[in-house]
Amino acid sequence: MLINHPLLGPRDAAEFTYLGDASLIDRPDWQAPDAAQAFVEYGYMRDNPAGWHRELWFHEAGDRSWLVVTRNTLTHEISNVELARDVARARGRSK
Amino acid sequence: MTQVNRLQGGQIDRSQSLSFTFDGKRMTGHPGDTLASALLANGVRLMGRSFKYHRPRGVLTAGSEEPNAIVELREGARQEPNTRATTAELFDGLVARSQNRLGSLRFDLLAVNDRLSNFLTAGFYYKTFMWPAAFWEKIYEPIIRKAAGLGSLSLQDDPDVYDKGFLHCDLLIIGAGPSGLAAALTAGRAGADVILCDEDFRIGGRLNSETFAIGDASGADWAAATLAELSSLPNVRVMARTTVIGAFDHGIYGAVERTGDHLLAPKPGKPRQVLWRIYSKQALLAAGATERPIAFENNDRPGIMLASAMRSYANRFATTAGARSVIFTNNDDGHRTAADLRAKGAQVAAVVDVRDNAPHSDDFEVIKGAQVINSAGRLGLRSVTVRAADGTIRRINCEALGVSGGWNPNVHLTCHMRGRPQWDNALAAFVPGGDLPPGMQVIGAAQGDLSTAGALRSGAQAAAQALDLQTSPIDLPQAEDAPVNVTPFWYVQGASRAWLDQQNDVTVKDVKLSHQEGFRSVEHLKRYTTLGMATDQGKTSNMGGLAIMAELAGKSIPEVGTTIFRPPYTPTAIGVLAGRHRGKHFHPTRLTPSHHWAKEQGAVFVEVGNWLRAQWFPQPGETHWRQSVDREVLATRQSVGVCDVTTLGKIDVQGTDAAAFLNKVYCNGFAKLPVGKTRYGLMLREDGIAMDDGTAARLAEDHFVVTTTTANALGVYRHMEFVHQCLCPDMDVQMISTTEAWAQYAVAGPNARKLLQKIVDPAFDISNEGFPFMACGNITVCGGLRARLFRISFSGELAYEIAVPSMYGDALIRRLMDAGKEYDVTPYGTEALGVMRIEKGHAAGNELNGTTTALNLGMGRMVSTTKDSIGSVLSARSGLNQSDALNLVGLIPVNHADAVPAGAHLMNADGPVNAQHDQGYVTSAAFSPNLGHAIGLALVKNGAARMGETLRLVSPLTGVETRVTIASAHFIDPKGDRLRA
Repeated sequence: MLINHPLLGPRDAAEFTYLGDASLIDRPDWQAPDAAQAFVEYGYMRDNPAGWHRELWFHEAGDRSWLVVTRNTLTHEISNVELARDVARARGRSK
Repeated sequence: MTQVNRLQGGQIDRSQSLSFTFDGKRMTGHPGDTLASALLANGVRLMGRSFKYHRPRGVLTAGSEEPNAIVELREGARQEPNTRATTAELFDGLVARSQNRLGSLRFDLLAVNDRLSNFLTAGFYYKTFMWPAAFWEKIYEPIIRKAAGLGSLSLQDDPDVYDKGFLHCDLLIIGAGPSGLAAALTAGRAGADVILCDEDFRIGGRLNSETFAIGDASGADWAAATLAELSSLPNVRVMARTTVIGAFDHGIYGAVERTGDHLLAPKPGKPRQVLWRIYSKQALLAAGATERPIAFENNDRPGIMLASAMRSYANRFATTAGARSVIFTNNDDGHRTAADLRAKGAQVAAVVDVRDNAPHSDDFEVIKGAQVINSAGRLGLRSVTVRAADGTIRRINCEALGVSGGWNPNVHLTCHMRGRPQWDNALAAFVPGGDLPPGMQVIGAAQGDLSTAGALRSGAQAAAQALDLQTSPIDLPQAEDAPVNVTPFWYVQGASRAWLDQQNDVTVKDVKLSHQEGFRSVEHLKRYTTLGMATDQGKTSNMGGLAIMAELAGKSIPEVGTTIFRPPYTPTAIGVLAGRHRGKHFHPTRLTPSHHWAKEQGAVFVEVGNWLRAQWFPQPGETHWRQSVDREVLATRQSVGVCDVTTLGKIDVQGTDAAAFLNKVYCNGFAKLPVGKTRYGLMLREDGIAMDDGTAARLAEDHFVVTTTTANALGVYRHMEFVHQCLCPDMDVQMISTTEAWAQYAVAGPNARKLLQKIVDPAFDISNEGFPFMACGNITVCGGLRARLFRISFSGELAYEIAVPSMYGDALIRRLMDAGKEYDVTPYGTEALGVMRIEKGHAAGNELNGTTTALNLGMGRMVSTTKDSIGSVLSARSGLNQSDALNLVGLIPVNHADAVPAGAHLMNADGPVNAQHDQGYVTSAAFSPNLGHAIGLALVKNGAARMGETLRLVSPLTGVETRVTIASAHFIDPKGDRLRA
């Protein structure tokens, strides 16, 4: 597979390590009243879609960027690659 | 032997003779021969025995699809079993042997299996060797393995080198027959970066095997001229002897180039084979087509081969399987073989054509509407029996029979990304479906364009389309453009011992039996009969099996469908997949800066991750590792010891939010850690389980140095980047791994400070007051060398860790040893390190084993509830905080002479010994030379409240049962006075 790194262009998948669902960015608020339940959902419940999936890849043998890769799990087609930090910011994460 | 079956012409170099042996018999051939063609030329039709029935077999094909002529090549360490004689390029000195026989090839003792064939049908092994179960491994399996022969391995290390390489191109063309060459010429002249691969050693594909003209030249000459032009273009890379074995995601193809297989041994320093990963923008599949046989009774005798193979042997290799030939066909292509053989001066006894409307010939007899129904000849074909249209039976003497059942496009690579082929009625064959790998087009015979003109046209057009060319840079030459004229005909009715899969010995009868026993899915048929599961993957046999299955099920062939085509396209050596990653190169070896010093001291090394660490340092007279380890431990605790701790992961964390960031990744607090202080930190996973531990030293307000365990250095760094980039992207913090940048040594023992004071520059006060327990700082040593000093202790002694830039690591250890002579300084290894940390009750990898929480480790109160850190919420889950949760405790054997084996389980003093009554298990154990007996660390249910209780330590597997007492894990200096001394 090739991953089109937003900063570095197409890179071989062998340079990356895989983590999983990009929803891991949406870490719950630890002080919310339902925090325990929310963290269980966050930690354990994952969708396993046959089709488009947003997932986290780490450019470990490269520039050490975490990326959000939108990949079709049936065809391995990749439609979008974003820097995870941009996605995180867009989803309201800051400090 | 002489080359009795050599014909005129061909593409062999008669000016040179190559000497080779087959089963010890010396023969000669010529450059341009394969082993198969040279054997045929020497009059050898019998080349092997079949897998199951040990039937005599010869060649069926002239290419990589060969199921039968499977031989062992070379001798000694280079001996290679199960190679195809049809693709083995002849070289001087080649040693080949037939395989799968007991005794000689002509008198194979296991040929008795053929007589037992009524019993040895599909599923025989499954049904017969069921009972008793114990017999399987010791009796049945070895016998069957010996009988069901495959070649034998040399059992020596492969002496050759295999390599991997990466290539990039605009257009990858797979196959260099007419369509591939036309495409390469089009793309090459247009200036595109082109890679043209072909599995054959001679470029040209079928053009080398046919007599057609292309323009004014013969096909072979046109191919040679085209190759010459392509080779002159700097933008075209032509790779002969290169099989594209698989199509993968995003235009990536795997290819194996056999750079040394046509030589006696690879050239010195050169690889035998290279695995290429080819990154292509576009790809054209020009893999051609494979002729398929027709099944009839005893259709597997040596001398019976595909009609197209017969043509290849005659036209390209100038040889024939026998003086007199018969052709059995269901299509016009079979007649070409007869015509070509005649043109070569070989005798054609008859063409048996199943079609009533078969074309007529003035040159040879055509028996229309007829079938070959049987053959005779024990070790090679002597005659065939023909049933004419009117039912009359005729016997025709012949040594060779060419069979043509039509052509199957080689769709394999179109299916490697789950594409499915589709049925083409006109060709009576599967052609590529619509769901090709992205970027791939199929051209020529591979997509069903079976004429030469059609192949040239489709190649040129597809290349122009792939590169978006407005005008074609080549003029297509005139070429043969005959239509395909085929009547589907798969097997002769009434035949039972008619072979479909000759390599796995699957007959028409087996397919019928499989259907009768309820294996109706094509995938079940395959696995039950093993049809198509041999090394040829059914290239010549699958279609016949499918057709018979369709007939039995009353379905059409496309309704029955095909099995899934998977890479590799042809058998691939494991060696080339491994490449250079063999033996010690399987993973890298990492050496610390003072490795050579440790080696000089005679250290025994142990692999930790990729690192080699000194395990202990044997001294003269020490004969057992325990003597060395006990000495190192005692010397350290009594005076001073030095241990190389360079391999611990080091992560430099900087930024105005560095403290806040560490507060996030460690469960305990770091925000208030003063500059110049170090703190132990425990990292949790988000699920509340301990991930790693280490220390973080605050060298400045915005600068920390974090250490990790050796094994987790990579994972912790990855995790920290995740927390920063994905969870806290606006934190002003940067981190970098500096594991390799610093050489670091633990200096431990009552004299540690005195030793360090001799090398730390006097400007730095490292007295107990000036540099107390857990202090850290930038210092200089040995007269100005920058260094870092941390007063931390894993051993429990007064201890420091001192770090210098890696390039000074070797010098520092030598200086420490030199300066420490007056204190009898002792280097210690990882074993002594382990003993001392167990004596001190420090958790390590054995305790942080992926199942333990902070509570389990006795650090439950460290998890801050006043801040957000990874894992803090879920570590509070009730399930992890039950009253009988495991606690880390120490164990002392009641009888001090007893050992405490790690991994043993603990049971109550009385009661049953079973999993329900399990009280915990021993995580770490050692002999404590300071206490004079074994000690252990264990995770015990509610262990913190059970101090002094006696438990039984059991290991039912090894028959151990001893009594142990629960004690504090801090066996040595529980109050920590030594640390602060």
